Amino acid sequence: MALKIVKGSIDRMFDKNLQDLVRGIRNHKEDEAKYISTCIDEIKQELKQDNIAVKANAVCKLTYLQMLGYDVSWAAFNIVEVMSSSKFTYKRIGYLAASQCFHESTDVIMLTTNQIRKDLSSPNQYDTGVALTGLSCFVTPDLARDLANDIMTLMSHTKPYIRKKAVLIMYKVFLKYPESLRPAFPRLKEKLEDPDPGVQSAAVNVICELARRNPKNYLSLAPLFFKLMTSSTNNWVLIKIIKLFGALTPLEPRLGKKLIEPLTNLIHSTSAMSLLYECVNTVIAVLISLSSGMPNHSASIQLCVQKLRILIEDSDQNLKYLGLLAMSKILKTHPKSVQSHKDLILQCLDDKDESIRLRALDLLYGMVSKKNLMEIVKKLMLHVDKAEGTTYRDELLTKIIDICCQSNYQYITNFEWYISILVELTRLEGTRHGHLIASQMLDVAIRVKAIRVFAVAQMATLLDNAHLLTGNMQRNGICEVLYAAAWICGEFSEHLENPMQTLEAMLRPKVATLPGHIQAVYVQNAAKLFATVLKSQEGNTDGTAAQETSQLMIERLPLFVQSANLEVQERASCILQLVKYIQKLQQKDVEVAEEVSALFAGELNPVAPKAQKKVPVPEGLDLDAWINEPPSESESEDEQPKAIFTKEEHKHSRPRHTEVDEKELAKRREARKQEQANNPFYIKASPSSQKVYQESTGVEHIPVVQIDLSVPLKVPGLPMSDQYVKLEEERRQKQRVEKKKKEKKKRKEKHSGRGKKRDSGPESEEDITPAHMVDIVTEEMPENALPSDDDDKDPNDPHKALDIDLDNLLETAGRRPLADSDKLPVRSHRAAEAAKSPGEAGDAESAAAQEPKKKSGKDKREEKKKDKDRDRKKSKEEKKKKKHKHEEKEEDLLRGQAGEPVVQSEETSQVAEPPTSTSAEVSDLDFWLSNAPVPSNTQEAATVAAAEATPMPEVVSSTAPDSEPNEPKDAEMEETKSSKHKKKKQKKEKEEKEKKKKKKHHHHHRHSDGGGEESVQNGTVEEEEPLPSMSNYCLLAENSYIKMMMEDADQVCDIQGNLQDGSQVVVSVIFENKCDGFLKSMEFNVLDSLNAKLQRPEGSGPHDGLTVPFQLPPGVSNEARFVFTVQSIVMPQKLKGTLTFIVKNEDSSTHEKLDFKLHFTCTSYLITTPCYSDAFAKLLESGDLKCSSVRLEGVSMPFHHLLARICFHHHFSVVERIDSCSSMYSRSIQGHHVCLLVKTSAQTVSIDAKCDEPTLLGNVLDEIKQTFSQC
Amino acid sequence: MIKAILIFNNHGKPRLIRFYQYFAEDMQQQIIRETFHLVSKRDDNVCNFLEGGSLIGGSDYKLIYRHYATLYFVFCVDSSESELGILDLIQVFVETLDKCFENVCELDLIFHMDKVHYILQEVVMGGMVLETNMNEIVAQVEVQNRMEKSEGGLSAAPARAVSAVKNMNLPDMPRNINIGDINIKVPSLSPF
Repeated sequence: MALKIVKGSIDRMFDKNLQDLVRGIRNHKEDEAKYISTCIDEIKQELKQDNIAVKANAVCKLTYLQMLGYDVSWAAFNIVEVMSSSKFTYKRIGYLAASQCFHESTDVIMLTTNQIRKDLSSPNQYDTGVALTGLSCFVTPDLARDLANDIMTLMSHTKPYIRKKAVLIMYKVFLKYPESLRPAFPRLKEKLEDPDPGVQSAAVNVICELARRNPKNYLSLAPLFFKLMTSSTNNWVLIKIIKLFGALTPLEPRLGKKLIEPLTNLIHSTSAMSLLYECVNTVIAVLISLSSGMPNHSASIQLCVQKLRILIEDSDQNLKYLGLLAMSKILKTHPKSVQSHKDLILQCLDDKDESIRLRALDLLYGMVSKKNLMEIVKKLMLHVDKAEGTTYRDELLTKIIDICCQSNYQYITNFEWYISILVELTRLEGTRHGHLIASQMLDVAIRVKAIRVFAVAQMATLLDNAHLLTGNMQRNGICEVLYAAAWICGEFSEHLENPMQTLEAMLRPKVATLPGHIQAVYVQNAAKLFATVLKSQEGNTDGTAAQETSQLMIERLPLFVQSANLEVQERASCILQLVKYIQKLQQKDVEVAEEVSALFAGELNPVAPKAQKKVPVPEGLDLDAWINEPPSESESEDEQPKAIFTKEEHKHSRPRHTEVDEKELAKRREARKQEQANNPFYIKASPSSQKVYQESTGVEHIPVVQIDLSVPLKVPGLPMSDQYVKLEEERRQKQRVEKKKKEKKKRKEKHSGRGKKRDSGPESEEDITPAHMVDIVTEEMPENALPSDDDDKDPNDPHKALDIDLDNLLETAGRRPLADSDKLPVRSHRAAEAAKSPGEAGDAESAAAQEPKKKSGKDKREEKKKDKDRDRKKSKEEKKKKKHKHEEKEEDLLRGQAGEPVVQSEETSQVAEPPTSTSAEVSDLDFWLSNAPVPSNTQEAATVAAAEATPMPEVVSSTAPDSEPNEPKDAEMEETKSSKHKKKKQKKEKEEKEKKKKKKHHHHHRHSDGGGEESVQNGTVEEEEPLPSMSNYCLLAENSYIKMMMEDADQVCDIQGNLQDGSQVVVSVIFENKCDGFLKSMEFNVLDSLNAKLQRPEGSGPHDGLTVPFQLPPGVSNEARFVFTVQSIVMPQKLKGTLTFIVKNEDSSTHEKLDFKLHFTCTSYLITTPCYSDAFAKLLESGDLKCSSVRLEGVSMPFHHLLARICFHHHFSVVERIDSCSSMYSRSIQGHHVCLLVKTSAQTVSIDAKCDEPTLLGNVLDEIKQTFSQC
Repeated sequence: MIKAILIFNNHGKPRLIRFYQYFAEDMQQQIIRETFHLVSKRDDNVCNFLEGGSLIGGSDYKLIYRHYATLYFVFCVDSSESELGILDLIQVFVETLDKCFENVCELDLIFHMDKVHYILQEVVMGGMVLETNMNEIVAQVEVQNRMEKSEGGLSAAPARAVSAVKNMNLPDMPRNINIGDINIKVPSLSPF
């Protein structure tokens, strides 16, 4: 045995390890492939050995070879072997290899399920970690389904290292197995508040990724994310959340309103550029989503633009790039604010970085106006000249055209200028966008009637100088413009000055070198021109000119008849015959011009590109029906006709090739030489033509001279667009002068003194009138057709399957459990998870009891089911379906009653979903959103804040101030102000209260409308009056500088740990700056009592204050949260505290201090916990609870208001409600059960209560009493 | 989501590839070539973002890269990632490598591709950012390395001895990858 081990290790000494392999490859640079193939052979040998170490080594080397591009999938089984090694070292190698080369169709993956499950539950956290990492790369639908439950369990692992990995991998699991989303979601949501920042950030990551694809399902998480955003200090998390909000705001504009303020604060306060940038981005998204309204929009926009300008001006290219990127988003909705930074953006066009130039180009699109279009395009044209890379130049070209043609040529005042720009663009060599220019030429010439004369003249010049464009035709897309030119000249030939010349140009032999489709257009339009020419010539007395023209046609057309292109050939032969016939008629002195031009009579109108699609199918026409029955497959030799056709073509072209004999070849060679000699752009191998010309006066060279004459050396008589810019300037100047004159006249007539402004002000858009009256012909569309787009989403998107309604899970995390069938499949017996709510025991029953209610959703479910079962055998499924439904129900009942271990078949795991969400959750979000602070300026902010300050309308009434000490909430309002001041405030509050009735108001906490929600859930939906809105925020303290508002009702207990372990109370405080200065370095400090302590960061003493993590510009408010640890919760607490801060004005800064008292009521230790009626009954029967009761007289509010109030202010949830009697439940953070039975008759409310802690109960009842005594 | 992480040198030789979406091997090589072509022709003083290549992703994807001495670190990400954040992440990753390899250079990556993978696994998992705190990453990597060492025990000793001997022949190659210009304008993601 020992010998074997020693032998094994000696063997290993001579094995190549990874380093050896790499070294070997580096030493065999010349014959690398050969060397590697020998290595692979060695590896194959090694894999055959029993020693796992040798195998692992081999697999490690394979991973390296995989990187070099070698397929190693043949070793998949060996990789699985190494994965299953018990040693971490090898396991890690195995998983790494698997993650690099396994994918969904790797068949050995199914062998890994058990191994991975074993590793996931390994006591060694790193085994688990390695398995999770590997799995994240090769998870398949099967693996996801089988392992989902194990991973779910890992999400509550004790080690944060495992928790964060488990949370992250859930996203992959959701993608592959969408059914797991619903059951896993509550726990995922829980992880948003994990104590470990890594886990928290992982959870945020996953939810953001989910929400990005299906944002509407996650809207109801907005309040939670909002809290995270205002409390988190982890920039990674913040960035993710802020990005998420960017995706949510388009769905819910009210959310946007709520976001603007904290985001603005962040923009002001953060030093992190990445965070700043994302904030700006989201603010932009918000502003886009808000249609109009809020007056402070312009301020926010200004802020964004201003910050972006700073980014763009930065020397860091990355910031510059991002700044431009974000700017282009603003551009879409607020072009004005971007336009003011034109200088900066134009400057970026000169940047050396292409990415930046491209971004700047994007921006230009929105910045043009009638006024500056010419100027901008001129600048771009300069860039076109300078640009070296073709891609960038092409981009420039398309941008120029985009800019000019946007919104139906809105900004073009002078089309002559535009045509000349297009013509100038044709000089670009090697652009791919010839067709783009061509289509613009056609479009303008057709749709702008006034420009046709000019356009035709330009096009004629282009045709004349066609050789300039076609110089190096092979790689040239620009010859496309000749297509347009030829068509325009032909179609509008009546505008041609010298049609004969153009006709000649179009029939030059060189044309035959153009692409076929262009030649075809040439031929066709030559015919049109011919008609025009005839018409003009027949007017003359002398008929010879007309005959000469016909002769020209007859001479030149045969060239096209020979064309290899079918279209050209066909047209040419038709027209040739026609002309021959015309010639005959001419010889008989018959006037034919009229008839010839009748061939091309009528005007062509532009047709919208989608017009064809929009033509309605006439009644009785079935486009899918066969006109002729298709021949049956057996007898058809469908290829036959085609084959004949192509063969024919071959025949056509072949003989022509063979015809060419030696003489012909010599001739052609000669001709080509001539042609080359004539072409000024042809680079000759022999001495330049210039020299040759001077040296010899041989006859052969004469043609050169002749051609040179026909082509002016100056290069085309092409127009310079620049001259138009000048002309346009002059024209506008003139217009202005004229206008002024007119105005002066008017003024003289009217004798009114105003109008001076006009002179000094810059000319406005409307002042610029187009050079000619432009009639832009709109495109034709069939009647009743709408030019709308119908774009379909990609049906293969894996995220589609994740579009699952989560709302009814969100708010009810523990309250209403998932239907049993929603649970993940579990393979083995497993202890049930610790009950979250006392109602858990009865869950199954209640779920079963709800079954009838679900019926409505059943149809829907069936549809969904089909979707889900895609991957399973469908035929089987279809048969079983009905049976299953039956079984499921039974199983549910069984499991619930007997508490059987949850053993589920695949089928059952997939089915029912709880009833779809009720309106309660939606309204919850509505409440939260209606809370949007709308301060447009400081003053308004103050009034709104005052409204917030009224703790609750029913708590502070306009009663005498001396009642205050009795009031639990108002007692917290320790004020440092004089009583006089106080009275004033009371008065204000009174006013506010009235206002409040009109507008929906503040409400911050998500538990808060538990009442309404519960009543709906318990199936007693009635038409009830809307609840009055309530707020848990109350004034903590205020002075002339700052106001603090507190919401203490918000306990967050460590859901993770045991409730008994640590009890935390989170206090949210809103700080609002009321003065004109900047508030800085705020420190929040509380004098700890024995019972309650403020949680301070590690390392700070018990008396140190907590820095408030933000600064406050004037008029701004922000929320901070402080965590307290409380030991005993049976008694209410009061803590004294101080806030110190620096007020910074323009000229001075002073230290200020504000005292306050925090009041922890007993209710603030209660958490709204859902409970089911049977669990509730058991609880009451158990006899562990002490009884107590209280009576309230003179309560006149409706019963459901009363319940809502108890739910809201005292964190109870309704268990059951029957008429005017209701049972309610709540639980303290330390696990005390509190049960209430509330009855009402006439104006008396009696509350019987039970609790296992009598002191707590007494205090809670006192507080309830106080709440209602103030009504 | 991060779609792919590529590390290659100035000549386009891959040093580490990590795709979070399946591509066949030859496609992977094509992507590397295309990416290298795109990235290598850019100056050092231009921005670090590139609108993605045609092979990997589409308009939604961006290439975000950093160039250190002889190596390019390229991340291909979609729009859910913050551009500056990813730049920062690359920096964190490289600094982590520097810590784990003590003055990292290209040779370390060449000969210890597996180790680089293990480090990367602690930073990015399945295309999502797992950890950004360098100390945490280094700590986890070190614990795992220690585990490996303790497992190696006797049986690995001879092999190590041999490889030590082999390593002695290594020509003295220049070390030091020079990550001197750690001028991330991107904020270190510390509390603000």
